[in-house]
Amino acid sequence: MNEQEKHWLVREKTIRLLWRGGIAILFLLVMADFFIHAHPYFQIDGTFGFFSWFALVTCISMVLFAKALGLLLKRKDTYYDNE
Amino acid sequence: MTMSDFPPGLVLIIGAFLLPIIGQRLRPMLTLGLPLLTLYLVWSLPNGTFSTFPLLDYNLAFVQSDSISRLFATVFSIMTFGGSLFALKQKRVLELVSVFVYAGSAIGVVFAGDLISLFIFWEIMAVASTVVVLSAGGKRSYQISMRYFFVHVFGGTLLLIGILSHIVDTGSTAFTAMEPNTFGTIFILMGFLINAAAPPLSAWLSDAYPEASFSGAVFLSAFTTKAAVYVLLRGFPGTEVLIFIGVFMIFYGIIYALLENDMRRILAYSIVNQVGFMVTGVGIGTEMALNGVAAHAFTHIIYKGLLLMSAGSVLYMTGRRKCTDLGGLFQSMPLTAFCSIIGALSISSFPLTSGFISKSMISQAAADESLTFIWFMLMAASAGVFLHAGIKFPWFVFFQKDSGLRPSDPPWSMRLAMILFASICIGLGIWPEYLYAMLPYEVTYVPYTVTHVVQMLQLLLFSGFAFFIMLPLMKRTLTITLDFDWTYRRFFRLVLGRLFATIWKIDGVIRRSFLAKLDSGLNYLAQRHEGPSSLLSRDHPAGSMVIWVTVLLAIYLLMSFIR
Repeated sequence: MNEQEKHWLVREKTIRLLWRGGIAILFLLVMADFFIHAHPYFQIDGTFGFFSWFALVTCISMVLFAKALGLLLKRKDTYYDNE
Repeated sequence: MTMSDFPPGLVLIIGAFLLPIIGQRLRPMLTLGLPLLTLYLVWSLPNGTFSTFPLLDYNLAFVQSDSISRLFATVFSIMTFGGSLFALKQKRVLELVSVFVYAGSAIGVVFAGDLISLFIFWEIMAVASTVVVLSAGGKRSYQISMRYFFVHVFGGTLLLIGILSHIVDTGSTAFTAMEPNTFGTIFILMGFLINAAAPPLSAWLSDAYPEASFSGAVFLSAFTTKAAVYVLLRGFPGTEVLIFIGVFMIFYGIIYALLENDMRRILAYSIVNQVGFMVTGVGIGTEMALNGVAAHAFTHIIYKGLLLMSAGSVLYMTGRRKCTDLGGLFQSMPLTAFCSIIGALSISSFPLTSGFISKSMISQAAADESLTFIWFMLMAASAGVFLHAGIKFPWFVFFQKDSGLRPSDPPWSMRLAMILFASICIGLGIWPEYLYAMLPYEVTYVPYTVTHVVQMLQLLLFSGFAFFIMLPLMKRTLTITLDFDWTYRRFFRLVLGRLFATIWKIDGVIRRSFLAKLDSGLNYLAQRHEGPSSLLSRDHPAGSMVIWVTVLLAIYLLMSFIR
């Protein structure tokens, strides 16, 4: 299927645009930390951009942990079929 | 009993049995009218205890009404209405009947004023929900519904043991806040937790719910676990162990949902995840936390119903349920995709959706109580929810690759149900005060502060960023992930199978050798006593027999003298 026949949302050009727009929004969000008054409950959650890097780090670790657990516990989806 | 204190749950239970009798053309009037009648009855209930019946030495109170029970009954009624609208195309009357009994008994549980009537509705709920799973039809549904039933019968038995022992201990059947420090209360807690899909017996949920019909799963997602949240909220607020159980459930849900390929099983794991937030809140137990739990149960039922409706629509239109078979559906099912995204944003507690105004109360309560570790876990989990449900579900079903499937949006009744629930999700997000007014304690919490919105957006959007940079690792495969149900589906079967095979073998050897010994013994005796003079062939004079009869009669006579 050539580019013009595709739905406009899945054309390469749109996807490139979405990536750029998305990263711009992320950047602006982190910058917003300069302008808000964080009221930290603990120590570290008041540091600059805490919620950004915390989300990134924890999400990547969750995916990696799931991947590792998958190595151990994943089976073909026909595993229980002969019941 | 007047109409105003008629147990609202009974309307649905009694009405359920009218559904098969009434014709197909009038049935929608009942399935849509009865939940609305129930809602009306719930709202017209004043505070207090009604519908009491004496049973043996105790009084059963079928209706004990206060703000918490009315809140849960309200959302259960709304769910029944929306679900019935979605299920108008469902032709299996058995499913509708069981769904109505199920919903009615769940409302019965939240109004139950004592432990005995609570148990009665609890068990009706178990049976009715089993029939919902069973009514999907086929051998597979039968096997799954039986596994589901056994887990719930086990849970019900624990609850019954607990209740009886608690009544013996205290002499009272009242259902009030307890602490798990006696045999009875510990068993009650275990019985409640099994229905909340707490570990270790949590796999019943992800095993059974995805196997129900396109509409059955919508109802199943709402009642059992949230009725369990209700009884935990009532019975065990501030029980510390619940914090840890809840946090475990949160991460269990995320990790398993990340590994899953079946779209409805992703949502099933995310139910455990969301109920985990509520269980944690019950464990924290402050007014803020309990308000958060009640609010989150309300919003969760609506957005989870919405998500399962969108999944149900895809299943109904395509007959497929695996992410590997789906993708690109947004092109031909724009409305379903849109509603699914609304549900996904709500579950991720995106600002301006219902999840934002409810879930943040629970994490706020953790912060207020200086539960540092728990607060960080809840923050990580909030990011994780966006990862496993907020993006993963819509992405793999509606976007991802082009599967070539071009199904249209589902029939109007299903579309209408999705639009209704999507509107509630957005409405509650924009005007939280209506929900806050229904909560058990006064709400001082303000969800929309600039700081909170920015922080939540950072958390969610960076979680989304993580999703897209990790996308190669998330590629769906035709796999399942072994869960606790493996123990009773495989391990026990294997171990018990082996054990009994060995027992039968040993038993066979013993039997055979015993028979051989017996045989040779008899042969020996027979050989030994062959011939005219041997023991068995001797003759006895009739006189000796008469003597012995006389002796016996004499003993008998003697015995009758001694008394």
